[in-house]
Amino acid sequence: MAQTLAVKTKSAKRQHQIAMVAIYVILIVVAFLMLIPFVWMLSASFKMNKDVFSFPIEWVPSNPRPENYVDIWTKIPLATFILNTTKLTIIVTLLQLFTSSFAAYAFAKLNFKGKKLLFLGYIATIAVPWQAYMVPQFMMMRSWGLNNTHLAIICLQAFSAFGVFLMKQFYEGVPTELCEAARIDGLSEYGIWWRIMLPLSKPALSTLTIFTFVSTWNDFLGPMIYLTKTELKTIQIGLRMFISQYSAEYGLIMAASVIALIPVLIVFLALQKYFVQGVASAGLKG
Amino acid sequence: MPRTTKTASAVRGKGMNKNLRDSLVAYSFIAPNFIGFCVFTLVPMIFAICLAFCNWDGVHAIQFVGLQNFADLLSDNTFKVSFVNTIIYAVGTVPLTLVCSLGLALLLNQKVFARNFFRTVAFFPYVASLVAVAAVWNMIFNPSMGPINMVLSAFGVEELPRWAAGKETAMITVILFSVWKNMGYYMVIYLAGLQGTNPELNEAAELDGANRRQIFWHIILPQLRPTTFFVVIMLTITSFKVYDQMYMITQGGPGNATMTLVYDIYNVAFVGTPRYGYASAISMVLFALVLIVTLVQFRGSSADN
Repeated sequence: MAQTLAVKTKSAKRQHQIAMVAIYVILIVVAFLMLIPFVWMLSASFKMNKDVFSFPIEWVPSNPRPENYVDIWTKIPLATFILNTTKLTIIVTLLQLFTSSFAAYAFAKLNFKGKKLLFLGYIATIAVPWQAYMVPQFMMMRSWGLNNTHLAIICLQAFSAFGVFLMKQFYEGVPTELCEAARIDGLSEYGIWWRIMLPLSKPALSTLTIFTFVSTWNDFLGPMIYLTKTELKTIQIGLRMFISQYSAEYGLIMAASVIALIPVLIVFLALQKYFVQGVASAGLKG
Repeated sequence: MPRTTKTASAVRGKGMNKNLRDSLVAYSFIAPNFIGFCVFTLVPMIFAICLAFCNWDGVHAIQFVGLQNFADLLSDNTFKVSFVNTIIYAVGTVPLTLVCSLGLALLLNQKVFARNFFRTVAFFPYVASLVAVAAVWNMIFNPSMGPINMVLSAFGVEELPRWAAGKETAMITVILFSVWKNMGYYMVIYLAGLQGTNPELNEAAELDGANRRQIFWHIILPQLRPTTFFVVIMLTITSFKVYDQMYMITQGGPGNATMTLVYDIYNVAFVGTPRYGYASAISMVLFALVLIVTLVQFRGSSADN
C-alpha cells in the first residue's frame, strides 16, 4: 500500500515537472510574440531608412542613428501634440475619477428614489457603441461651437457609465458598518466619501485610471472628427498624419511611435500592481 | 425607557425631512456624472434615432423622409459589403481571442516564476497606442520587404502572402492583429474570474482521480461561465464597432475587402458631402446588431442556468 502510494506520487511528480516545462515553453513563446513588435520598433527607431528592412534583422543597429529622436521634433509639432494630449488626458482622467466615484458612492451606499431605474439606465447605455451616436453628438457639439476645441473631447470622455459601474461594484464590497460608524462619529456623506471610501478604493481607482488614461491617450476617432486644426491635434492624430505624409521615413515613424508609447507605459507600470486586484474586486468577471 | 421613546418620536417627526434631505444628498452625488452623461450621451442617442428617419447635410433644413434611408440601404453595395465584413471580422476575432485569453489566464493563474512579468507583457499590446503598433505591423508584414515574408521565403515558401495588400489575406491580417492586441485585456478579466473559483473543488476532483482535462471541462469551465458570458458580450460588441484597425492597416481595402460598418458610417458622415441622416440609419443597423447579439447571449446564458 505504502509502496504503491510512493510510486504514484513519484510519477505524479514527474508528470508535474513535464507540465511545468511545457507551461514555461508556451509562456516564453507568448511573451516573445507579444514583445517582438516593440523590440523591432525600438530597434528600427535607431536605424537609417535603408537599414530598417535589412535581413537578417539587425536587432542592435550597426550604424545607429539617434538623430531620429532629434529630427522628429522638428518634422512635426510633436511637442504641441504631446502637450495637447497630456492636458486632455489628465483633465479627463481626473474628471472621470471624481464624477464616477462620487456617483458610485450614492448608488452603492445611499438610498434614494429611482435608484434602481437610474442605475439600469446607466448599464443599458454601456452596450450602446459610441460609434452609433457619434454623428449626432458631433452635430450637437458643432452647433454649440465646440468643434475644434479641446472642451469637446473632454465632454466626450469624462462622463462614462462604465466608470460608475466599475466603482459601484467595488464600493459594494466595502462593509456598510464602516459608513455607519463614520456617520455616528459625525461625518457627513461627503466626508465619508472623501475620508473613507476614496482611500479604501485604491485598486478600483487605479483600474479606472489605467482604463481612462489609456483610452484618452490612445483615442483616435474622437480627436480625428473634432480636431482639424494642427495646433489642437493629439499625438495619435499627429502620428497618423506623419505616417501618411512621410510613409517611407521608417526610422522617424518608429521613433515617434516609441515616444507616443512611453507615457502609457509609465502609467501602466506604476499602477499595474493594483490592476488584477482592481478588476477582480470590481466584479468585472460578470 | 422614556428616553428611547423620545428619540424614536423625534426621528419619526423629522422622518419626512430626513428622507428628503437624504435623497437630495444622494442626488448631489450623482449629479456631476449624470448631467454630463445625459447631455453628451443620452441626448445624442435619442437624436441619432430621430436622425435616421431624416435627410440632412448639416447646411440645409432637416427633412423628414420616413423609412427612405433604410430602403436605400438595401440597394447600397458598400453597406452590404461592410455589413458582411463586420460579421466575418467578429466571427474570426471572438472565438480566437476567447481561446487565447482563457488559455493564457489558465497558465498565468498557476504559481509560475515571473508571473507578474508575463502578465504585464501580455497586457502591454492592449495599452499601447494603436497608431504606433499598427505602423509596426505594417512594416513587419510588408509583403515585399517585411521580416515575416523574409523569414517565409528563407524557409522556401514560394508564394508569399500579400497580407494587408491581398484581397484574401487582408481580413486575416487585421484579425490576427486584433487578437494580438486585445487578448491581454480579456486575459486579465479571466484572471479575475479565476480568482473567484474554488480551488478546493479542483483538489477534490483530483483526489477522485480526475485528470487535468476533466478538471478543466467539468470543474473550472462551469465556474467561469459568468466570466465567459461577460467576455463574449464585450468581445462581440467591440468587434462590431471595429474601425481604427482597418483604417490604419488596410484603409478598408483592397477594394472594399476590409470595409466595416463604422468605417462606412465615418465615410458617409465625414467624407465628401455629409449625409448625416443616412449615416445614422447605418448606425441604427449597428445598434440593432449589438442589441440582438446581447439579447441572444443573455437568453442563452439564462437558459443554461
